[in-house]
Amino acid sequence: MKLTLKIWRQKSPADSGAMETHVVDDVSTDMSFLELLDVLNERLQLEGKDPVAFDHDCREGICGMCSLVINGKAHGPWDATTACQLHMRAFKDGDEILIEPFRAGAFGVIKDLVVDRSALDRVIQSGGFVSVNTGGAPDANAVPIGKHEADRAMDAAACIGCGACVAACPNASAMLFVSAKIGHLGHLPQGQPERDRRVSAMVESMDNEGFGSCRNYQECSAVCPKEIPIDLIGELNRDWRRCLVKGA
Amino acid sequence: MQLDSKVPDGPIAEKWDKHRFEMKLVNPSNKRKFKVLMVGSGLAGGSAAATLAELGYDVDCFCFQDSPRRAHSIAAQGGINAAKNYQNDGDSAYRLFYDTVKGGDFRSREANVYRLAQVSSQIIDQCVAQGVPFAREYGGQLANRSFGGAQVSRTFYARGQTGQQLLLGCYASLSRQIGLGNVNMHPRTEMLDLVLVDGQARGIITRDLVSGKIESWAGDAVVLGTGGYSTVFYLSTNAKGCNVTAAWRAHKRGAGFANPCYTQIHPTCIPVSGDHQSKLTLMSESLRNDGRVWVPKKEGDTRAPGQIPEHERDYYLERKYPSFGNLAPRDISSRSAKEACDAGRGVGATGFGVYLDFRDAIGRLGADAISERYGNLFEMYQRITDDDPYQTPMRIYPAPHYSMGGLWVDYNLQSTIPGLHVIGEANFSDHGANRLGASALMQGLADGYFVLPYTIGHYFASQKPQPVDTDHAEFKRVREEVDQRIKRLISVGGKRTPDSFHRELGRLMWNDVGMARSKQSCEHALERIPEIREQFWRDVKVVGGAGEMNAALEQAGRVADFLEFAETMARDALERDESCGGHFRVEHQTEDGEAVRNDERFCHATVWEWKGEDQTPAQHREALEFENVALATRSYK
Repeated sequence: MKLTLKIWRQKSPADSGAMETHVVDDVSTDMSFLELLDVLNERLQLEGKDPVAFDHDCREGICGMCSLVINGKAHGPWDATTACQLHMRAFKDGDEILIEPFRAGAFGVIKDLVVDRSALDRVIQSGGFVSVNTGGAPDANAVPIGKHEADRAMDAAACIGCGACVAACPNASAMLFVSAKIGHLGHLPQGQPERDRRVSAMVESMDNEGFGSCRNYQECSAVCPKEIPIDLIGELNRDWRRCLVKGA
Repeated sequence: MQLDSKVPDGPIAEKWDKHRFEMKLVNPSNKRKFKVLMVGSGLAGGSAAATLAELGYDVDCFCFQDSPRRAHSIAAQGGINAAKNYQNDGDSAYRLFYDTVKGGDFRSREANVYRLAQVSSQIIDQCVAQGVPFAREYGGQLANRSFGGAQVSRTFYARGQTGQQLLLGCYASLSRQIGLGNVNMHPRTEMLDLVLVDGQARGIITRDLVSGKIESWAGDAVVLGTGGYSTVFYLSTNAKGCNVTAAWRAHKRGAGFANPCYTQIHPTCIPVSGDHQSKLTLMSESLRNDGRVWVPKKEGDTRAPGQIPEHERDYYLERKYPSFGNLAPRDISSRSAKEACDAGRGVGATGFGVYLDFRDAIGRLGADAISERYGNLFEMYQRITDDDPYQTPMRIYPAPHYSMGGLWVDYNLQSTIPGLHVIGEANFSDHGANRLGASALMQGLADGYFVLPYTIGHYFASQKPQPVDTDHAEFKRVREEVDQRIKRLISVGGKRTPDSFHRELGRLMWNDVGMARSKQSCEHALERIPEIREQFWRDVKVVGGAGEMNAALEQAGRVADFLEFAETMARDALERDESCGGHFRVEHQTEDGEAVRNDERFCHATVWEWKGEDQTPAQHREALEFENVALATRSYK
């Protein structure tokens, strides 16, 4: 296949940035999307040009490092798939492909397609945990947890923290990300003692980081590579209202 | 180089308790005076950083990813072992210890393995307390599955995402400590060298991967949790960023490197599809619980799998290893796959593949039950290959996955450099020549949560604190060396990308020091590696500058280290003139292709000491004594 790539290039956070066009020949349908960028970068380097900077690591859809908007959709055209697992058979010969970084006020561009998602880490640091030190934990089977609740917790815990939800949201809201962590711990007995505190702290941190508010567009769950259920946002809102009433 | 394993006396089951009592303690109010530089934030590094901070130590933690949550531990799929005996099938710490020593083909250190088995239960308790959502039964109890090399069900799992959930558990604990101000986290920061002052590890030199700034960090101890070196093969199941740099630079500063030839080739990965391939994807070993491995009986049989009748299929693992069948250990399963393909019975376009077939399991349990167990893996397989494993068998082939070798450590997880501790995959001690499935997660968390936090205290308490800061002449000297090296990489101005050298090295290592090795192939590698290295320093092209985000420069530095490391790995493979676990020397096999160990000559860990550029490294040995598990020929028949 022969493809035309229009790629966002930006030297530094201060640079205004622009789209740059490259044509790549001999693209195999078995390639992953990132391997397409590898091929392009190999060529650019041989020409003495700066290769396209993009974040990636595991390349098997679990580390959450890749962060591309492909033809206007975070992680590209396939459902429930990260950009690293997107394969070129999703495209056809002659296609033009737009490649941009995840964009949000809270995610500054560092270089080209690389963005700063440390805001998500800070939201977790504000309360996305169970306050338990190492040592002295009771036997793992001491508290039975029904399969349904455990599965529900796991559905939420599957979030890989990539930030596609934020990139897809017109308001750049991080509600799906936050509700995934709240939902994961909220469905387990271990998460109960700090539940209210966690909700208040994480929502406050999310606001402080500059993420927008949720208007139920549901774009987030449409692009989520792990299909985090949208109703977790409803659960988060219920929890948060309870906190408001209780003044927690 | 002195190799004192410091294994405590006494019966194996009492060693760790006795040692814990005998180790010196640091007064709670003094702990904050000790700074720990933790490199790596995976299961080992993340759990150690969190636990040390909880204890009150002053911790700085470094990772090259943009967040500690992305370390490659996250990709482990299948599970984590623990001797809980929840299934009432006769498991015990002793049995887990026995299975691990035997699985490692009698090339690990007994005392370390026993301790690992002993603390395994606590790991599960700790993870559940953190909120790790392990799979459960309807009654609310934890579920278990079976894994290779064991005849009990002791593997705990969270769908096909066990590594992710365990890592998110320790990332949550780490995040809590970062939020409390007890850990300074430095993401997008790569360690480039180790600084010794008066023979002790006292600091590191790092590069900020965003600004390119070179920085010095001083502390009272350095801990490496920097993972393994499987990407020496270029194509592996490891993440693209995985590298040997931190371990190798520590080696060049005096840390012994043990058994670098022990690499694990995982039997169930998606086969290579073309030259563009950048990494290989693992299909969890847990699939072998229900999938049956086979190839056609006839050579060159190109019929579609569905067209090949039952009596023309060779379920070779079930045939050769009736008691373990499809759950034979990884080294044995990988070698059998290679054998079948080398005999011309491989499947797929390249002939380098075997079938992993779920037809019978789907027939017996229904597609829904199989989807419940492996749904996400099946989807991943389909996305990559465009084949539907519910309809047609998966095609799999072995791929480099884990490294059992690593920096040598004593019982306290300290390397041959005082103050430099090494945990997780980066050290060598627990898996011998072959690691059993679901044991890597166990080891990473055992080291980080339950071993290092005690032993590092003993190290601190045994020292007189000597304040050191980064103005010390040694810091300036090492920093200057790091600067010079970066300048040198950028100034070569050749014609080939760092990646092209990595691919070339990877192909050579796979062919010569891969699944099967011989005297001749190792010698060939030893001849070729210095040539490639020489060419690298003459012809590499690094675009861009040092003072900016520059992936090509990062890659060039890592490849340069692999080009040195690979030589020691090949040398180790040549010297170990026996077959054991993942190290298969074709000269040493039985008539039916099983590995033949030589316990008289090789019942030891080989530890390499760096002697300088263009010098042959010195070889040292730690004799391995098997007092509890009798040395025997490993059999899974």
